[in-house]
Amino acid sequence: MAYFLQQLINGLTLGAIYGLIAIGYTMVYGIIGMINFAHGEIYMIGAFISIIAFLVLGLAGVTYVPLALAIVLLITMLFTSIYGWAVERIAYRPLRGSFRLAPLISAIGMSIFLQNYVQIFQGARGKPMPPVVQGGFTVFESGGFAVRLSYLQLFIMLLTLALMIGFTTLIAVTPLGRAQRACEQDMRMAALLGVDVDRVISLTFVMGAALAAVAGLMVTLYYGVVDFFIGFLAGVKAFTAAVLGGVGSLPGAMLGGILIGLIEAFWSGYFSVEYKDVSVFVVLILVLVFCPTGLLGRPEVEKV
Amino acid sequence: MTAAAGLAVDSAAKPPAFWVPFLKDAVLAALVAVLLALPLVGLQTYDIGGGALGIRTHFDWVAIGGAAVFAGRLALRVLQQLYRTRPTGRARVLISIAAWGNRQALPITLLGIGFAVALPFLPFSSRYLIDLGTTVLIYVMLGWGLNVVVGLAGLLDLGYVAFYAVGAYTFGLLARDLDFTFWEALPFSGLVAASFGVVLGFPVLRLRGDYLAIVTLGFGEIIRIVLLNWAPVTGGPNGIGGIPRPSFFGLHFARSAPEGVATFHQFFGLEFSPDHRVIFLYFVILAMALLTNAFTLRIRQLPIGRAWEALREDEVACRALGINPTTVKLSAFAIGAMFGGFAGCFFATRQGFISPESFTFIESATILAIVVLGGMGSQLGVVLAAVLLVSLPEFGRAFAEFRMLIFGAAMVGVMVWRPRGLIAHREPTLRLGSSR
Amino acid sequence: MSPVPLLAVENLTMCFGGLVAVDNISFTAYRGEITAIIGPNGAGKTTVFNCLTGFYRPSAGRLAVHKDGEILQLERIEGFRIVRRAGIARTFQNIRLFAGMTVLENLIVAQHNPLMKASVFSLAGLLGLPRYRAAERAAVERARHWLDRIGLTDRADWLAAALPYGAQRRLEIARALCTGPALLCLDEPAAGLNPRESAELNDLLLGVRDEEQIGILLIEHDMSVVMGISDHVIVLDYGRKIADGTPAEVRADPEVIKAYLGEDEIDNAAEEAPLRPLAGREGGARANGAAA
Repeated sequence: MAYFLQQLINGLTLGAIYGLIAIGYTMVYGIIGMINFAHGEIYMIGAFISIIAFLVLGLAGVTYVPLALAIVLLITMLFTSIYGWAVERIAYRPLRGSFRLAPLISAIGMSIFLQNYVQIFQGARGKPMPPVVQGGFTVFESGGFAVRLSYLQLFIMLLTLALMIGFTTLIAVTPLGRAQRACEQDMRMAALLGVDVDRVISLTFVMGAALAAVAGLMVTLYYGVVDFFIGFLAGVKAFTAAVLGGVGSLPGAMLGGILIGLIEAFWSGYFSVEYKDVSVFVVLILVLVFCPTGLLGRPEVEKV
Repeated sequence: MTAAAGLAVDSAAKPPAFWVPFLKDAVLAALVAVLLALPLVGLQTYDIGGGALGIRTHFDWVAIGGAAVFAGRLALRVLQQLYRTRPTGRARVLISIAAWGNRQALPITLLGIGFAVALPFLPFSSRYLIDLGTTVLIYVMLGWGLNVVVGLAGLLDLGYVAFYAVGAYTFGLLARDLDFTFWEALPFSGLVAASFGVVLGFPVLRLRGDYLAIVTLGFGEIIRIVLLNWAPVTGGPNGIGGIPRPSFFGLHFARSAPEGVATFHQFFGLEFSPDHRVIFLYFVILAMALLTNAFTLRIRQLPIGRAWEALREDEVACRALGINPTTVKLSAFAIGAMFGGFAGCFFATRQGFISPESFTFIESATILAIVVLGGMGSQLGVVLAAVLLVSLPEFGRAFAEFRMLIFGAAMVGVMVWRPRGLIAHREPTLRLGSSR
Repeated sequence: MSPVPLLAVENLTMCFGGLVAVDNISFTAYRGEITAIIGPNGAGKTTVFNCLTGFYRPSAGRLAVHKDGEILQLERIEGFRIVRRAGIARTFQNIRLFAGMTVLENLIVAQHNPLMKASVFSLAGLLGLPRYRAAERAAVERARHWLDRIGLTDRADWLAAALPYGAQRRLEIARALCTGPALLCLDEPAAGLNPRESAELNDLLLGVRDEEQIGILLIEHDMSVVMGISDHVIVLDYGRKIADGTPAEVRADPEVIKAYLGEDEIDNAAEEAPLRPLAGREGGARANGAAA
């Protein structure tokens, strides 16, 4: 029971991170119907920028942890968003209306490019990050097994929750959110009604990148090491989360993220660590084959 | 009067108006580039020992990058403007190049094949060059195999390396446990890989194009992870070693052979040279690649090949014409997989050793890049792209390091400027005039 | 006409979620007749086609095809098999050609099934056996026949996408005919055509009806086509059938006039072809002029 609870906490933490990345996939898919294959790389870049920001702050002498966290969070979101914007502008915008596979291939090219770019300029080795948020408390104890919830895990879950609430509000009430939902329904009509579609799409990428940046920061703090290759697996897992929750649905992305986090945590807790990634891929394939609309997605009717 | 004056001023101000927006645009692009480069290029992390990181600044690189983007963007806009004023210019050049290439297709092909056959005997040839040629040909074969799936059938397969791995491991296991030779195992490698293609493809081929891509990526990773962790059978991360080399009609390429087995050099009365085997391997893969090409070109002109292309163009219309999309896709998938399996079998015999490390997603992405850059569906384009990819590192360490960076950028560039690939000419599978 | 209908639709209903797109429709179509389905936008015409050609599985109802003395239930046949088993071919409202392939290739792909059979899992084809070569020649001849009929023989080796709009429409019809159908379903074949192309289309369809003795099912808004060539008109409105009869009967039906056509409209429609400004017709007109 205690072990189960511990895995639950671990899974929820992981799930929060996957969920944040998954939102980026689901929003982009919702609006332009493409898989932004480079999104995992954006998250990886977020992780790198957060490490660099911590280092610079350390050199500047900012030692008060909450302040440092807040500054790093802002810097990471800002710079990563620019990457998100640039990727869309360079690799996807010129391809609107091109043939079916073009944006996906371009995205794969972008993903390869970004991976190698970071590898060349930051090195191939894993970058260690000393723990910033330490400590925690025991939630529950039984039979000599203590269920621990670290402050960091708490921080990750609360921050995710806050971001989700803020983000949902943004989409629901602001004019930007309205324009975005309009583009999702019918891009050409929205354009005719005076919505600047290019700007809305750009902002979608920026928002997705900002959330992925937060995920990158979290993973840096949580695992204490990042390398240029982390984007690939995290990207696939987050994409699985988006599909599981129903592509195009924001709550679905979060739900899918949490489910994937839990599946991964319990699989490694109870079965084998070696095959934990296989579990995610199997979920992806099963969902796509048997229930392509996901848990909260809308069914697609084929137009002939 | 004032209106006329205004007009005059307007037209007088026109020449600067032509390039001022370009300049603005270029400045903005450079600004974005600087912002992008600032954290990741300008601030470089490095180990200072004890698990800690230090930071080096490289703001000079950021400045160079910004300047390069400024110049590049400006040049691009000016060029675009020039071509816009002469709209037929570029199109005409491209068309005439394509037409020339088309007229000369046969001579070019024959010349290429001739060169490939003669390569080992040319005066400047060396063991190193032949080795390189062998690597190129492996990629050419993989590219041609994947071209069936991506270029003809329009199915984006991101896990193609899985079939390469299956082919390699099929031979590895057959050789280790059942003492198969290369030639005995080759058909099995293709067959097993094709069966994997069918088994994996069957449930997922009705998915939409981009979902299919992700699922194939998943398959590729699953197979790699299984190879890595199923140690009792696959040897895990250590892989399988001691895979036998191919023989020339039973003749071995060794200095001395066990009792009763002839060696190549003894049989032909040559002096032993380790180069013989290298040259032989080169010819084996050359023959395999050419057979792949001949097969692909032939099947393109058959109903099944035309159905692949039709499916790529419009699946709905195919269904309305009585074509079963699932079986047609499955056949493309299986045939592509089979060639991947053959190539894998050759890879195993050439290396003598295989491990999961050789079959990562990067490899799939590389093969896809070759197909995409060559122009999906173009056989000649695949050759050019493979030569480029393999030979880039030979131009220096910098190129080796930047190889995948360049390829990633090139994939984006090709999609943006020439989505049908560098060589984008499609020869009709039959003509009304010629069929009479 | 022949007493046995080629196609008998009984109580066809198609729902999407709560929306009833087609509501309990019954009609018949005969060999050697042109049956037009008309109705305002959203009346469910294309949905009927999609049910007939296996793209949708009907929510209820029977779709029976009488072929060679046999009765086939379309709703039980898997979508892509309907062409081969029941002999129903179709075109699409928004043209769906294989744009990157040539005109001739489009027509050869339409003969995929017989050619596939002749190529014996591609083996005979790979080896270039005479049996396959003969089949391919026959397929090309059939394609040439239809190319001659639609006047595209000299452009057989063009990419389909390079054809002008009107020619693309004709090519799509020829492609459907190459499957050797018993029933040809045309979804707005005259959309975007200029008056002359429209008239040529009428001649083509009448010729096909009489020479091939096949049934033609037609969705059309262009009243000059509908009234000019149909033997039989079915009017749908909001998913229901509101009239069924000869063009003259339908034209006089007060229900139809009230629900759909409007009195002025139908007089105009009968007397002159409605000129609808549609993109694409310019190109079609030019090309046609050039060809003529």
